[in-house]
Amino acid sequence: MKFYPFLLSLLLPLQSFAERGTGDLGLFIERASGSVQLIETSGNTALGRIEGLGDLSHASVVFSRDERYAFVFGRDGGLSKVDLLEKRLVKRIQQGGNSIGGAISQDGRLVAVSNYAPGGVRIFDTETLDLVADIPATYGERGERSKVVGLVDAPGNRFVFSLWDAGEIWIADLKDPQHPKVQRFAQIGKNPYDALITPDGRYYIAGLFGEDGFALLDLWHPEAGVRRILPHYGKGDQRLPVYKMPHLEGWAVAGRRAFVPAMGHHAVLVIDMETWQEIGQIPVKGQPVFVMARPDGRQIWVNFAFPDNGYIQVFDTETLALVKELHPGPAVLHMEFEPKGEEVWVSVRDGNEVQVYDTASFTRRATLPAKKPSGIFLTARAHKIGL
Amino acid sequence: MGKRLGALALGILFMTGLSATEYIQISPARQAELRNLLAQDCGSCHGLRLRGGLGPPLRGAALAGKPASYLAATILFGRPGTAMPPWQPFLTEEEAVWLANLLLEQP
Repeated sequence: MKFYPFLLSLLLPLQSFAERGTGDLGLFIERASGSVQLIETSGNTALGRIEGLGDLSHASVVFSRDERYAFVFGRDGGLSKVDLLEKRLVKRIQQGGNSIGGAISQDGRLVAVSNYAPGGVRIFDTETLDLVADIPATYGERGERSKVVGLVDAPGNRFVFSLWDAGEIWIADLKDPQHPKVQRFAQIGKNPYDALITPDGRYYIAGLFGEDGFALLDLWHPEAGVRRILPHYGKGDQRLPVYKMPHLEGWAVAGRRAFVPAMGHHAVLVIDMETWQEIGQIPVKGQPVFVMARPDGRQIWVNFAFPDNGYIQVFDTETLALVKELHPGPAVLHMEFEPKGEEVWVSVRDGNEVQVYDTASFTRRATLPAKKPSGIFLTARAHKIGL
Repeated sequence: MGKRLGALALGILFMTGLSATEYIQISPARQAELRNLLAQDCGSCHGLRLRGGLGPPLRGAALAGKPASYLAATILFGRPGTAMPPWQPFLTEEEAVWLANLLLEQP
């Protein structure tokens, strides 16, 4: 009888998926229908749709280190594990009431989710999605819980995140996953709304909504504490209304210059990463949401909040000059470069399209039908710190 | 402005048998735009299903006891000191009242 399963496997039809690598695959979110589409960037095509992922407004994705599995973080607190090769939902758990994003650990064994409700971070085993650790974001004398934003992975199997309500940054060390060690940094500024980590995993930078400036933490020297950078970038100008919060995902870096969205000003801030001083501002069309550098660092691509969300502007990082303005359609939500930057994928929510552009000629290479597409995530993220 | 909104909202409540969203004259095309705005753009902070995000939930019990005029004023003028921006550049008073009533009428 022992050989029976083996014989049975010979009788089964061939596996339903072709043998292939996953390095040119990715997912984009269809935010209103709780689905994702599987895409490939070699021929710029869609390979299928995976459904049943819940409320995916503001959903994001991280990938397993073998680039086979995607972990999708839904707004409704759902955490879904998707198999890219078999194009199927492997497992879905309801881990919280209202969540905003997640990260995967350096060793690939842990997936962390940041929650608005109940405020905190929950950490799961990437294999089973079993709960490993729960870190409530409590603060103040009455033990209130803060919404958590800007969760990233950092070297040393750590996660770093920010507390919107509390104005704090926490480092959670998961070297011993059963006993996370948390280090808190208080009074880092009012209402951090998102954060990023530099590609080398050294600097964690949180953007502040409640005041001008950014909070900078050097993870090589956490004992030095958090310091404020660019505290006066608005220079007393009246803040303009912000119809969508900017994102600090990724880190648009070219040489020693970094490019980040201003808050309440129609500008991209240029920061010198050696002195952490502002060295310039690029005037742009509206409130920037994403400021993304092409992987070679030569261009930055910027999209905007309502009502300027039909446009993308492209700037040269050497001259800071506008090199191209694109009008992909109504409500451009996200841009994702292919790993070496020759093409960029753009989601056009109200146009119900995902478009692919050549980043040298700016011609459109492909157009894929989609249902209210938002975030686009390619598997190359699997091997980048903070993505 | 606030008085006018109040009068508009109350007038609809007392003088017609219709629900406010039925009474206010907004073209079907514009209604579709407003519903999309509510789900997608309001939804970017309040959640696609308006169950809350960085902004508070806008459903059911969360709005209990809040008059339409108050909600319409919040939509038009924002809430200074918070992340809620003023939508006045993009909405008329009637549209804001219509949206406020839409929020109040949903389960």
